[in-house]
Amino acid sequence: MKRVFALTIVAAAAAFAATAASAQTLNTIKSRGVLHCGANGTLAGFGLPDAQGAWTGLDVDFCRALAAAIFNDPTKIKFVPLTAKDRFTALQSGDVDVLARNTTWTSSRDTQLGLNFTGVNYYDGQGFMVRKSLKVNSALELNDAAICVQQGTTTELNLADYFRANKMKLKTVTFASANEAVKAYDAGRCDAYTTDASGLYAERLRTVKPDDHIVLPEIISKEPLGPSVRHGDDQWFDIVKWTHFAMVNAEELNITKANVDEMSKSDNPDIKRLLGSEGKHGEALGLTNDWAYRIIKQVGNYGEIFEKNVGQASPLKISRGLNALWTKGGLQYAPPVR
Amino acid sequence: MSAVGDHRPPRVSPLNDPRVRSIAYQVLLCVVILFLVWGAVDNAIDNLAKARIASGFGFWNATAGFDISQTLIEYSTVSTYGRAFWVGLLNTLLVAALGIVFATVLGFLIGIMRLSRNLLVSRLAAGYVEIVRNLPLLLQLLFWYNAVLKALPELRDSILIPGGGFLNNRGLFLPQPVAEPGFGAVLAAFAVGIAGALAFRIWARRRQERTGEQAPVLAVALALIVGLPLVVFLVAGAPVEFVYPDRGRFNIRGGIEVLPEFVALLFGLVIYTAAFIAEAVRAGIMAVSHGQTEAAYSLGLRPGPTLRLVVIPQAMRVIIPPLTNQYLNLTKNSTLAVAIGYPDLVQVFTGTVLNQTGQAVEVVAVTMAVYLTISLVTSLFMNWYNARIALVER
Amino acid sequence: MDATDTMAVEARRATQIAFVRSATQDPLPPPLSQSGAIGWVREHLFSTPLNIALTLVSVGLIAWLVPPLINYMIFDAVWSGEDREACLVTVERPVVGACWAFVRERLAYFTYGFYPIGERWRVDIFFAMLVIGIVWLAWLRAPRRDIGAVYFFVVMPVVSYILLLGWPAIGLYKVETSFWGGLLVTVVVAAVGIVVSLPIGILLALGRRSQMPAVRLFSVIVIEFVRGVPLITVLFMASVMLPLFVPDTWSPDKLLRALVGVALFTSAYMAEVVRAGLQAIPKGQYEGAMAVGLSYWQMMRLIILPQALRITIPNIVNSYIALFKDTTLVFIVGIFDFLRTIEAARIDPKWATPTTSTTGYAFAAVFYFICCYLMSRYARNMEARLATGHKR
Repeated sequence: MKRVFALTIVAAAAAFAATAASAQTLNTIKSRGVLHCGANGTLAGFGLPDAQGAWTGLDVDFCRALAAAIFNDPTKIKFVPLTAKDRFTALQSGDVDVLARNTTWTSSRDTQLGLNFTGVNYYDGQGFMVRKSLKVNSALELNDAAICVQQGTTTELNLADYFRANKMKLKTVTFASANEAVKAYDAGRCDAYTTDASGLYAERLRTVKPDDHIVLPEIISKEPLGPSVRHGDDQWFDIVKWTHFAMVNAEELNITKANVDEMSKSDNPDIKRLLGSEGKHGEALGLTNDWAYRIIKQVGNYGEIFEKNVGQASPLKISRGLNALWTKGGLQYAPPVR
Repeated sequence: MSAVGDHRPPRVSPLNDPRVRSIAYQVLLCVVILFLVWGAVDNAIDNLAKARIASGFGFWNATAGFDISQTLIEYSTVSTYGRAFWVGLLNTLLVAALGIVFATVLGFLIGIMRLSRNLLVSRLAAGYVEIVRNLPLLLQLLFWYNAVLKALPELRDSILIPGGGFLNNRGLFLPQPVAEPGFGAVLAAFAVGIAGALAFRIWARRRQERTGEQAPVLAVALALIVGLPLVVFLVAGAPVEFVYPDRGRFNIRGGIEVLPEFVALLFGLVIYTAAFIAEAVRAGIMAVSHGQTEAAYSLGLRPGPTLRLVVIPQAMRVIIPPLTNQYLNLTKNSTLAVAIGYPDLVQVFTGTVLNQTGQAVEVVAVTMAVYLTISLVTSLFMNWYNARIALVER
Repeated sequence: MDATDTMAVEARRATQIAFVRSATQDPLPPPLSQSGAIGWVREHLFSTPLNIALTLVSVGLIAWLVPPLINYMIFDAVWSGEDREACLVTVERPVVGACWAFVRERLAYFTYGFYPIGERWRVDIFFAMLVIGIVWLAWLRAPRRDIGAVYFFVVMPVVSYILLLGWPAIGLYKVETSFWGGLLVTVVVAAVGIVVSLPIGILLALGRRSQMPAVRLFSVIVIEFVRGVPLITVLFMASVMLPLFVPDTWSPDKLLRALVGVALFTSAYMAEVVRAGLQAIPKGQYEGAMAVGLSYWQMMRLIILPQALRITIPNIVNSYIALFKDTTLVFIVGIFDFLRTIEAARIDPKWATPTTSTTGYAFAAVFYFICCYLMSRYARNMEARLATGHKR
C-alpha cells in the first residue's frame, strides 16, 4: 500500500497545495452538487466497485456519510479509483475533495506531503497469511519459510526487519503487484503471504479455497489507516474529522440506523447534542444541525458500517480487535460533542 | 578552373545561401535542445527539492533492508543498495549468458531443420518459428511461469531425482559439489587439457595444409579436455564432496537451488530467441549459392561435411550480424523478468531500489548505462569477430 | 570397327527384320515407387535411414502435441456457463479443456476495460474508424489512398482523441484514461505507436543522413541510445522521470506517459528501417532531383521517400508486428492493456478452476497470433510483389 516512491511525485503537488486548497472546499462541493471521493477501487471491504459500478467498502461508506451530512443525500458522490502511487497527487491537485483509501498515517505524509489526516477509521498492521495445512500458529514459527511479498513497499522492509530482529532465516519472493504475489502464494510458490492484515482478509477471498488459509495473530507494524484532506482549509478538515467522530459517538451511544428516529426523542443530553435537537454544533461546522442524524439515518454508525463491510456480516469476517470502541477494549475513541 | 577567367559565383542573398542556412538550422536545433534540456533539468531540480528527495549516489552505501531470492554473491538484508545492484546485474548476466548459449544451439538446429528435405521436419520447424515469433514474449513468459509452477508438485510430493535432488514448485534442488584439497590438480589438468587440445589443433591444421592428411582433432581434443582431468580426478581419489539438499520444515536447504522464476525466464527467452535465430540461420544458408553445394557434392563430399565445411562457414558471414542483434535482444528482453519475479537488474534495482529510495533519476540512469554498456561491448566484440571471418578478397 | 563397317552391319540387320516400327514407342510410366504419392513420400520422408528416423520422430511429436491441443481447445472445452462450477471436473465430465465460458463472460471487460457501459459505442466507432483506415492504406488498389493517408495520420487521431476522451462542449462527457482498458488500450497504444513513429522515424532517418553534423549527431545519439536499452527501461523512464522533467502542474496522464515511451522507442527502430530504404535508393535519383532544381524537402517528398518507403513496406510492417507485441509491456508500468485484463481476470476466484489460467493465455495467444500473422502475411505478400516489380 505504502509506496515510499509516492513521495516523489506527490510532494511536488503539495507545494502549491496551500494556495489551491485555501479555496473553500465546502462551497466548491455545494456548488458542484457532488462530492469527489478518492477511493481504492480494488480492495474488497474498503473500496471496490462491482460489475454494475456500485461501490462498497468501509472507506466508501465514510464518503457516503460525508455526502449525507452535506447534501442529506448519500448518493451525491463520485468515486475516483486511485492507485497507491497517484492518490496523493489526486488530492493535492483538487481532483478529489477527500482521500479515503486505506492510507497509513505517517509523519512524512502529514507534514511533507501537505496532508491532514482526520482520524483513524481502521487500525491496521502488517500480518501473515499461511496455509492451514502447515499447522503454523505463530509468525515466529516461520523460520526458513518462503514468503511472497509485493516489491518496493514498506511491507517488504518490515518483513526483513522482523525476521532479522527475531533471528530467523528469510526467503522472499517479490512481485511487482499484490495480485501476482497472492496468485503465486496460492499456487504454492510460497509458504506465506504478507501485507496489511485487512488486506490479508480481502486477499484470502481471492484464493481458490479461502478456508484453507488462516491469518496469523502477529502484527508486525503499526498501520493506522484514515481519511485525509489538503492542508489549508480548516473548516473542511473539521467536517471530515467530525463525520468520523459522529459515527463513533453514535455507536457508543447505541444509536443505529434503525433506532435513530426513536433515539432523537431521547432525553439523554449527549444524544440530543449529537442529533442536533440541542445546541448548534452542526452550524458551527458549516452544516445543518441535524448533520449527524443524516449520517446515521442514511449510512449508519461506525459499528454498523464496520460489520457490514469488513466484519461478520461481510465475506471478510474481520473481528473488531483494535477497532472496537474504547469501552470494549479497542482504540476507537471520539471526543464528545459539546 | 573555368574557361571564363573572371567567373564568380552568382550573387545570392545570405538567406538562400545553403551554407548559411545549414549553420542557421544547426544553431537553431542546438538552441532548442539546450532549452529543452535546461528546462527539464531545472524542473527536475525544482521538483526534487519540493519532494525533498536526495540526489546523488549517497544511497549507494545505505542499507538496503530487503531480501533477494537469488544471489550469486554474498547478500543479506543488511547489505547496501550498491550490493543489491551487483546482485541484480549478476543475475541478469547469468540468465543472458545461459540464454545465449541455449538459444544458439536450438536456433541453429531449428534453422537447419527448416531447410531439411524431409517435408515433415521442415514444416514442423516452420510451424514452430511461425507460432513463436507471432506471440508476445511477455505472454509466453507468463504462460511458462504459470505452466511450470502449476505442473510441478508441491514440496511434500517432490519428485526425487536420482543422486539426491528434488524437483517441486519451489524449484530444482541439486547436490552441490564442494572442492576438497587436491581438486586443484584436477583443475590444472583441465587447463593443461585445453591448452593441449588447442596446440594439437594448430599442429593438425599445419600438417593438413602441408600434406593433406587429416588428424582426428575432435577425438584427441575430447580425450585431452575430458579424459585427462577425469584420470587425474580418479588418481587423486575423487576429491569432491557433495552437499545434498535436505528437506526442512518449509523449504529445502543446501545444495544448488534453481528458482522456478529462473527456469521460466530462461525457457521463455531461449524458445523465443531461438525462433529468430533460426530465421537468421535459414536466411544465411539460403544466401550461400547452390553452386557451392553442387561443387562440394561433385568433389565427393557427403551432405554432412558439405554443410559443415562449405555451407556454414560461408553462411556465418551473413548470419553473424543478425545473430548479434538477437543476442542483444535476448539480453534486453531478460528485463521482462520483472513480470514473473526473477530478481534481475530491473526487478531489483529499477523496481525495488527505486521504490525504496525514490531516486528515480539516478536509478534509471544507472540501469540505462548498464544496458548501453552491454550493447556496446557486445557490438564491439561481434564487429571484431565479423571482421575476422569476413571474406578476404584480393 | 570403323564407320563403314557399322553401316554395313546395320544394313544387313535391316534386311533381316521383317517389320520396323516407324514411330517411337511411348515411354513407360515411371515405376510406381518413384512417382505419384508413394514416390513423393519415399523421396521426401523415407529416403535415408536418418530421414526415416526424423520422420518417425516428427510424427510422434505431432501426435503428442496436436490431438491434445485440439481436444483442449475444442472438444473438451466448456462453451457456456455462469461461473466456475461450469468448468470444474465432475463425474460426468472427467476431462475439462478450455473454459471458454469464462472468456465469454469477460469478453466485454477484455475489450473495453472499465469504460462506462453507456459510452461503449464511442469505442466501437473508434475501432470501426481504425479498421477503415487500415484497409484503406493496406489495400493497394483502394481509391484515393492519398486522402486515406491524411485520414489515417490526421483526421482519425483527432476524432478518436475527442471521441474516446470526451469533449463536454459537444455533449460527450469525459472518460478518464484510468477507466480505459483491455483491447481498447492495446489498440490505442499500437495505433499511437504506428501513427507517431513513422513521421518521427522518417525525420530521424533523414537527420542521420543529413550533411549537417549537429543534426546528424543528434539523430545518431537518439537512435542509438534508445535502441541500446530495453523497452522496459524506456517505459520506466517515461513513467517515473517524465513527471520530474515537466513543470509540476502538468502531471502527465499515466497512459500518456506510456505512449510517449512507446512512441519514442518505436520511432528509433523505425528510423533504422527507413534509413535502410534511403540507402537503397541510387545516388542518381538524388542527383537527378537536385539537377531539376527541387529543394531538399521537395526532393524527399516527391522523389526519394515515395521510392524508399515503397521498398521498405515489408520492414515497416515487420516493425509494426514488433510494436504490437511490445504493447504488452505497458502491463509492467501498471496500465490495463489486453494481456493485463486477462491476467487480472484469470485470478478472479469466481472463475478459479484449474483450466482458467491456460484458457486466458490461450485466448490471448489466439488473438495476438491472428493479428501478428495477418501482418506478417501482408508483409510477405508485399515482398513478393516488390520482388516481381524489380524483375520486370
